[in-house]
Amino acid sequence: MQTILGLDYPTLWFLVVGGLFSGYVILDGFDFGAGAWHLFFKKEESRRIALNAIGPVWDGNEVWLVIGGGALFAGFPLLYASMFSAMYIPFMLFLLFIIFRAVSIEFRSKEPMAWWRSAWDWAYSISSITLSLLLGIVLGNVLQGIEIGEDFTYQGGALFDFLNPYALMVGVTTLTLFMVHGAIYLLLKTEGRLYVKLIFLLKKGMIFFMVSFAITTLYTLLYIPHLSDTFSNHPAMFVIPLLAFLSIANIPRLAKKKKYNYAFLFSSLTMSFLLIMVAIELYPVLLLSTVDPVHNITIYNAAASQKSLGIMLLFSAIGTPLVIGYTIFVYRTFRGKVKLDETSY
Amino acid sequence: MDVEILSRIQFAFTIAFHYIYPPLSIGLGLIMVIFESLYIRTGNKEYETLAKFWTRIFALTFGIGVATGIVMEFEFGTNWATYSRYVGDVFGSALAAEGIFAFALESGFLGVLLFGWNRVKPWVHLVATCGVFFGSMFSAVWIVIANSWQQTPAGYHIVGEGLMARAEITDFWAMVFNPSSMERLSHVWLGAFLSGAFLVLSVHAYYLIKGRYTEISKKAFKIALVVALVFSLGQLFTGHKSADGVAHNQPAKLAALEGHFEKEAPADMYIFGWVDKESESVTGLSIPGGLSFLLHQDFEAPVTGLNAFPEDERPSQVNAVFQFYHLMVAIGMALIALSLLGAFYWWRGILFDQKWLMGLFVFATLLPQIANQAGWFAAEMGRQPWVVYGLLKTSDALSKSVTANQVLFSLIMFFFIYLLLFVLFIYLLNKKIKHGPYDESEIEDHPNQQGMAEALTN
Repeated sequence: MQTILGLDYPTLWFLVVGGLFSGYVILDGFDFGAGAWHLFFKKEESRRIALNAIGPVWDGNEVWLVIGGGALFAGFPLLYASMFSAMYIPFMLFLLFIIFRAVSIEFRSKEPMAWWRSAWDWAYSISSITLSLLLGIVLGNVLQGIEIGEDFTYQGGALFDFLNPYALMVGVTTLTLFMVHGAIYLLLKTEGRLYVKLIFLLKKGMIFFMVSFAITTLYTLLYIPHLSDTFSNHPAMFVIPLLAFLSIANIPRLAKKKKYNYAFLFSSLTMSFLLIMVAIELYPVLLLSTVDPVHNITIYNAAASQKSLGIMLLFSAIGTPLVIGYTIFVYRTFRGKVKLDETSY
Repeated sequence: MDVEILSRIQFAFTIAFHYIYPPLSIGLGLIMVIFESLYIRTGNKEYETLAKFWTRIFALTFGIGVATGIVMEFEFGTNWATYSRYVGDVFGSALAAEGIFAFALESGFLGVLLFGWNRVKPWVHLVATCGVFFGSMFSAVWIVIANSWQQTPAGYHIVGEGLMARAEITDFWAMVFNPSSMERLSHVWLGAFLSGAFLVLSVHAYYLIKGRYTEISKKAFKIALVVALVFSLGQLFTGHKSADGVAHNQPAKLAALEGHFEKEAPADMYIFGWVDKESESVTGLSIPGGLSFLLHQDFEAPVTGLNAFPEDERPSQVNAVFQFYHLMVAIGMALIALSLLGAFYWWRGILFDQKWLMGLFVFATLLPQIANQAGWFAAEMGRQPWVVYGLLKTSDALSKSVTANQVLFSLIMFFFIYLLLFVLFIYLLNKKIKHGPYDESEIEDHPNQQGMAEALTN
């Protein structure tokens, strides 16, 4: 098997997909989080500022989902096939809410009536909350494993099997982490009364996140032993959860000092470290079968051919700097506090 | 209804809806490049106004195109799991290339295109516009290559057996230049240019009828008319090349397009007609031996008919394929006629006095849209029962774990959400058209959020 820097092609592609999904979660995470807080802002002006804070960037953030999905399809066709068809209903709901959310953002500002705006505000916020929960629920099920049987075909229930306690816990943890992340983003973008209110909301958000994260971690350690195997066997790996905990602890410290740009960096790092933990726990398995380990979908049995992966790795090596450059360019263009004018949402 | 038919209906519905938008983005991209180049060459501010106006409408179609595109990507995995596993290795590199090169090019330059009017020099802005336009054309390249590979597979070998069999790539360039990809790509591109040109013709014909923005609309109308004329005539060639290719590569599809049943016999070419599958006959107006002549320049040359193929290896919906194909061809001819008529009156110098013709052009924007849809329905239904021609049947390509009720649920869901999305599109499009091309102050004073707001209509 061909390797680059001692890593085989499927492992390299696993890293590419992981990188794309962390990028996606960090980016869409803050605009989902901002949306989840939306109904907590009572005044019309506050809601408009909050909406316009994500206005120029949320669409670009979703591009990362398209590319991440494409990378999964291209590199691990078997996983793409088994997982997407297994989680048919959750994925369809995800599509429903992601389009509904976009429609709400657009429709809201087009008419001045209070009932009109309030209705779309509800739609926008509920979509943002549901999308965050759904991402967490999917992750929770991947961590636990699902009923993959013969021919790598899912044999469990369509929806309620996925809404198990652990998945819901991961869902809530994801939502609260996004809310912390989103509140910090909004603090960077707002001033005045809304800013003061957000300081208070961020504190609440952090408490909720810490509690749900602690419960989920405890549950994982006690009831899902396979997820800590790698860490017990390779003590050096322990540095990753350590870094995750340290960066979580750093968020309230920085928030207290009102250093929100650093706080945002650390909430982003938290997401990356948590996803790296997930990657270490799973590798080389991508989707665990709860029926029989022979049906596990791994990076090796799911991978595209060497030839195909080689071409894609070459493309990524050329393309990644372009995508990163574009993202930095857009965020630099729109840095600073939101100013409303007649052209805003 | 079973999973297969529901999944096919859902895929057809979601992709047909999606396909309203990308051709418009590509077509409007071309028009924007032309307007902006003219502005730089002539320094005439009117061309700049036109370029800005059409950029705002472009932003709308682009946004909805992205949102509905995510759905298509997901559906490969959710509804067509076996297909995804089968083709993943071959499509992988094409998809990666699209994501990285086409998408990065498009979205990278989109920011400058929408908000950069006053931040960069005009020629830098033109480069950005070209970047977005070429990016959208590249997207079409990779998608059409992938679809063409399903029509005429090349550059692969089959690995594994039974349910676990899959195609693996052996030769990247043979996959890219598979026998049908280039002729189909040119046909798709020209179809996209026509949908853009006819939208521009429609909107400016509307202004001319209403007597608003007259001078600027005359300029825009003439430019779009040239585009429409060139590419509607060009479509004759790409269409003919495609039909030749189908005859060579997919004889069963060709036979269905003309409702030709007899094994080896001279084939007629129908202007219109109705296929009766039971009696294996077509009722309608035809040029006897026309198809034979078109393919072999000989009215007597035999053409392989549907009966040369086993029942389960040829399209079953022959009449539907026939009708879609003939609808597309008829519209293609109508577009040529309209463009020629416009050119004729222009030459006579009385183009804008023909109110009735302007009225026709207002509604003609629907024609390329219908032709694009009909052409794809003919191409995709004509490929049945195969999803990958000669290799994988549509009925085998499904997700094994998905039930009919699940698909019914999502189908109803998509129906309502797309209805909402379509209402939004029409509402915003109408608002922008009513508002007119002049929007200088808004754009120039507040380049940032206005532009994005326009882009975010998905």
